[in-house]
Amino acid sequence: MIHSLFLINNAGDLFLEKHWKSVISRSVCDYFFEAREKAVEPDNVPPVIRTPHHYLINIYREKIFFVSVIQTEVPPLFVIEFLHRVAETFQDYFGECSETTIKDNMVIVYELLEEMLDNGFPLATESNILKELIRPPTILRTMVNTITGSSNVGETLPTGQLSTIPWRRAGVKYTNNEAYFDVVEEIDAILDKSGTTVFAEIQGVIDACVKLSGMPDLTLSFMNPRLLDDVSFHPCVRYKRWESERVISFIPPDGNFQLMSYHISAQNLVAIPVYVKQNINFFETGSSGRLDITVGPKQTMGKTVECLVVTVHMPKVVLSANLNATQGTYNYDPVTKILVWDIGKLNPQKLPNLKGSLSLQSGAPKPEENPSLNIDLKIQQLAISGLKVNRLDMYGEKYKPFKGVKYVTKAGKFQVRT
Amino acid sequence: MTDSKYFTTTKKGEIFELKAELNSDKKEKKKEAVKKVIASMTVGKDVSALFPDVVNCMQTDNLELKKLVYLYLMNYAKSQPDMAIMAVNTFVKDCEDPNPLIRALAVRTMGCIRVDKITEYLCEPLRKCLKDEDPYVRKTAAVCVAKLHDINAQLVEDQGFLDTLKDLISDSNPMVVANAVAALSEIAESHPNSNLLDLNPQTINKLLTALNECTEWGQIFILDCLANYTPRDDRESQSICERVTPRLSHANSAVVLSAVKVLMKFMEMLPKDLDYYGTLLKKLAPPLVTLLSAEPELQYVALRNINLIVQKRPEILKHEMKVFFVKYNDPIYVKLEKLDIMIRLASQANIAQVLAELKEYATEVDVDFVRKAVRAIGRCAIKVEQSAERCVSTLLDLIQTKVNYVVQEAIVVIKDIFRKYPNKYESVIATLCENLDSLDEPEARAAMIWIVGEYAERIDNADELLESFLEGFHDESTQVQLQLLTAIVKLFLKKPTETQELVQQVLSLATQDSDNPDLRDRGYIYWRLLSTDPVAAKEVVLAEKPLISEETDLIEPTLLEELICHIGTLASVYHKPPSAFVEGSRGVQHKRLPARAGSGESAESPDVGQSGPTEAPPAVIPSQGDLLGDLLNLDLAPPTATVPSVQPSMQMGAMDLLGGGLDSLLGGDIGGSPSMGAGLGAAPAAMPAALGSAPAVGGGLGDLFDLGGGVGMPTGAYVAPKTVWIPAMKAKGLEISGTFARRGGIIQMDLSLTNKAMSVMTDFAIQFNRNSFGLSPAGPLQVLTPLSPNQTIDVSLPLSTSGPVMKMEPLNNLQVAVKNNIDVFYFSCQYPLSLLFVEDGKMERQVFLATWKDIPNDNEAQFQIKDIHLNSDAASNKLQGSNIFTIAKRTVEGQDMLYQSVKLTNGIWVLAEMRIQTGNPNYTLSIKCRAPEVSQFVFQCYELVLKN
Repeated sequence: MIHSLFLINNAGDLFLEKHWKSVISRSVCDYFFEAREKAVEPDNVPPVIRTPHHYLINIYREKIFFVSVIQTEVPPLFVIEFLHRVAETFQDYFGECSETTIKDNMVIVYELLEEMLDNGFPLATESNILKELIRPPTILRTMVNTITGSSNVGETLPTGQLSTIPWRRAGVKYTNNEAYFDVVEEIDAILDKSGTTVFAEIQGVIDACVKLSGMPDLTLSFMNPRLLDDVSFHPCVRYKRWESERVISFIPPDGNFQLMSYHISAQNLVAIPVYVKQNINFFETGSSGRLDITVGPKQTMGKTVECLVVTVHMPKVVLSANLNATQGTYNYDPVTKILVWDIGKLNPQKLPNLKGSLSLQSGAPKPEENPSLNIDLKIQQLAISGLKVNRLDMYGEKYKPFKGVKYVTKAGKFQVRT
Repeated sequence: MTDSKYFTTTKKGEIFELKAELNSDKKEKKKEAVKKVIASMTVGKDVSALFPDVVNCMQTDNLELKKLVYLYLMNYAKSQPDMAIMAVNTFVKDCEDPNPLIRALAVRTMGCIRVDKITEYLCEPLRKCLKDEDPYVRKTAAVCVAKLHDINAQLVEDQGFLDTLKDLISDSNPMVVANAVAALSEIAESHPNSNLLDLNPQTINKLLTALNECTEWGQIFILDCLANYTPRDDRESQSICERVTPRLSHANSAVVLSAVKVLMKFMEMLPKDLDYYGTLLKKLAPPLVTLLSAEPELQYVALRNINLIVQKRPEILKHEMKVFFVKYNDPIYVKLEKLDIMIRLASQANIAQVLAELKEYATEVDVDFVRKAVRAIGRCAIKVEQSAERCVSTLLDLIQTKVNYVVQEAIVVIKDIFRKYPNKYESVIATLCENLDSLDEPEARAAMIWIVGEYAERIDNADELLESFLEGFHDESTQVQLQLLTAIVKLFLKKPTETQELVQQVLSLATQDSDNPDLRDRGYIYWRLLSTDPVAAKEVVLAEKPLISEETDLIEPTLLEELICHIGTLASVYHKPPSAFVEGSRGVQHKRLPARAGSGESAESPDVGQSGPTEAPPAVIPSQGDLLGDLLNLDLAPPTATVPSVQPSMQMGAMDLLGGGLDSLLGGDIGGSPSMGAGLGAAPAAMPAALGSAPAVGGGLGDLFDLGGGVGMPTGAYVAPKTVWIPAMKAKGLEISGTFARRGGIIQMDLSLTNKAMSVMTDFAIQFNRNSFGLSPAGPLQVLTPLSPNQTIDVSLPLSTSGPVMKMEPLNNLQVAVKNNIDVFYFSCQYPLSLLFVEDGKMERQVFLATWKDIPNDNEAQFQIKDIHLNSDAASNKLQGSNIFTIAKRTVEGQDMLYQSVKLTNGIWVLAEMRIQTGNPNYTLSIKCRAPEVSQFVFQCYELVLKN
């Protein structure tokens, strides 16, 4: 099971260590540093590192390496999942998961880690239970605490841990009872030079914000549940009913949570909302090149494409870019070699275009690799797969809740090859 | 505003101040003080001096204060063991608190204090907590047992906590079950041989029920535990699969992968024609694909596992090629894994897409990745014949880019393509030669030189090209030097007139100026060959090369099976068996996939611990009926003492079934004549099948072979049950039945002598007539005691093959004479040829190919083996048990072709090709041998082994 955890920042400083069993010297991290050095980019550090006596399993999130030490055969996914859970908990508690916030909340961090793992076994990882045990810091509470000297550790022990629905605490009370669902779909796609789809799929999630009193039992149904054949549910969802009736029946956790995620890979269902016409080439002589990019709408289902951003990873030899954008602003960072063109709203009448010349390092050979384009966009009020929520019913409680569903489509890993 | 306020007092008297505050009367002040202490502790300040003062605060009703003190204790108890004892009383008291949460907290903390003295006091409270009425306390206590075991294993065993823990598996609360399983799994790792997780259908049922209700982490523990279970039959296997499948939709990827493991393993038992089998296959694909949209670290582990799954069951993901397409911002470790899987999934149907992708990758930035992509194109060409042409042209395009490392990789793979498809793509050689100068890596240079040498006759200036390499001969790496030497010799043999000087030069460079023994030796060999017999040299050097295999990096089937059982673990990430990981004394259980229903069980039984040669025999001895036989056997075969101890009981089992009934069944028809075997129409070993009692015998034998398997016979050879060789009426009251076996390289004749006469028999002796393979007794027949009336004695007679040889008809006929105090009796019997298959009968691949070609086609014999329901791996495992070795396996359009070799004691090699069509129970066997008369008998052995 998980033995120890080290948090290491991007500069290689180890700023927190926690041991759940006997203490393991932090020198074990030297193996990690070695691998870190070899990988050059922090993203490329291999997740599992073997050392003579231990295994280091690490994740890289928010510019922090979460390095865990294990000694026996443990499923690596189990460890990785847990580490992500730790990072999410920090985010949940402190608003962001960064070195500064962790250092500022050192005692809470320790208390959290202690509650999340017992002897290497996960103990309480549900945000609901943790928040009952250790209250998250808020500005108001910190002020009250400094004045009254009271603290953020819960006086009671969590009741949820004893029940069969550990994700929900008992005795929840709200004056306004509300349940909101966000259907968020991300399009992952690769388009080739000619604009043909090489690969496309939709990663969807339904995020919920449920603030309902008591023990509500909810049922969510879809107009077209047939779309969903590959789904992952929050533990609260009753899988049997999904299997038999294609409805999502559950007693929700209190507050924000991800109800389900799904994955649609059938090509014909994945609409590509924009097309990109691009022409980037470098001349054999003269250390220069040309760039010409136009973006236009393709299958937008009559909605407006917003927050459109095109990112180009230029070859190393590109020094600067002298371009002209008909819409939005562009910025080329010569250090990271990334060209960002922030277009904003896509106007179908007047297609945005970015055109101009690139100057290359003089004397350097013509770059071999082709730059790739990454597209970012957002379409409000549309789930690109066509998924629609039919209705939400509540049983078990008498009051009438406010209900709402929002749809949004975003670009995930959406790239265009040149 | 933050916790930093606890760190502000840095004055000199800090400890002193804290001490005063800790002893304050005011509760609030006390609490604040403890907090300051904890804050100092977390940043590494030494506050151990305050130990007694902090411990004094422990007896409080304030829960928060209690928790803080506990935190402190866990940290410092180790350094202050004597003081820590002071805390014991409070712990013990807290363990009796009316609030279950306090009881749990106390027992949880106590387990974290790694001080021997404290652990002694922990036992009683822990025992109570394990039986607590509240599930929360029981669940915490279960983990505490694992903690305690880590500190003092002996204590845990002595106190009987392990049994209590086992009982908790049947607890009514799912969380308790999950934690008990987790704790037991952890403890089991340090006790490889204990039956801690002894699963039976009842506990399995409990686990499956708990699976639905416990936390995600608990589900992982339970699934991993389930994966160790071996269902009794396919029906049980199916019902477990049905209950595990919903886990595939879990949001936690570790749960998903553990579920995949269970399904992959249990699927093995389901008959392939079952509808459910197909459904299950379909259900496995989506969750695996979903794993690939998770965070990159998760993707990596998932990809490593998918790599295994794709090798085992390519059909699951064959339509999902696209999800493995690489995105340019994937981390490099994900890219490389995806590429690997793409090649594995490449087939005629999708090759166009794959190639287009690979070409795209070859223009990426990352050098390692580009290289691998180029290599992948070559592998596609070799794997999918129809695509070879397109691959070659893609490679040529890439060579045109003139990017140095791309060109070099391309040349290396083109060499392999040439070898796979000779005389097809040589037209591209000219293009390759243009890039000669840019090659600076040894592997690429060597490949280029090989091409030039191999196709010297088509390259006009081959001599010039090779000469240019020769200039810097001594600066080249060994690989290039060796290749250059061979290439020039080839060139010389092809164009002797023009290149005499060149070959002289290279031979002298290699033999006289080089310090490398490999190079020198090869140089001398060529030199001598050329100088003594140029024709022979031509035959050797320009010999036809064996084809290269399609997939060079496939994981060996047995390892793959083991790894499939370890999906989701570190072993699966490293593609190495767990035994390569586990440190020190911890033994490892080798896991094997269960056998499919309907196949014979004998050699395939899974999960036999192989951790030590010491464990099996003691368990066997009590089960033997015949102590006398046992003793005799031990005497007879001392070198393999453990094996014979298994065999008497086996014989007894066979006797019970066959002994009595056989006489009446066959009556006198058998006759005592030498033609007895022929009269039965088959070798004696085929008897059980004819009698229809095969399942029972097979089962009994199977069980015993499991134990045998533990002591160094991974898959025991099949031994036919005994048959009556000479009935009592033909031999004056002596009935002899027997069979033959090969155990650990020793041939044995197992005899049962029964005295059915009225008088005692003594003075036994045995002799063989001359026979085809020179079988003869290696020692006298050891019947030490007189054989009294109605007594049966089992004797094992070791045989040697060094006796006089005479060809018999049939070939495997053996004429035997047995003497006793009454008379001499003659009978004949037939032995299965597998008796003579030696252990080192595994031929080298190359030798196999050459030999296969060498044996004239007239010698090839074809046979049909009917009604076998094994997959090719199981079949090859089984055959291996009888020393029929699988050398290579090819899969062509759903047809598995196994290439096998067998060596007989007299040095005759038998080569075989077995074709297995999925879903067709009839196998086609082609046997080639220089002595074609043995083929028929080899085929009989195949049939015998596969059917039993």
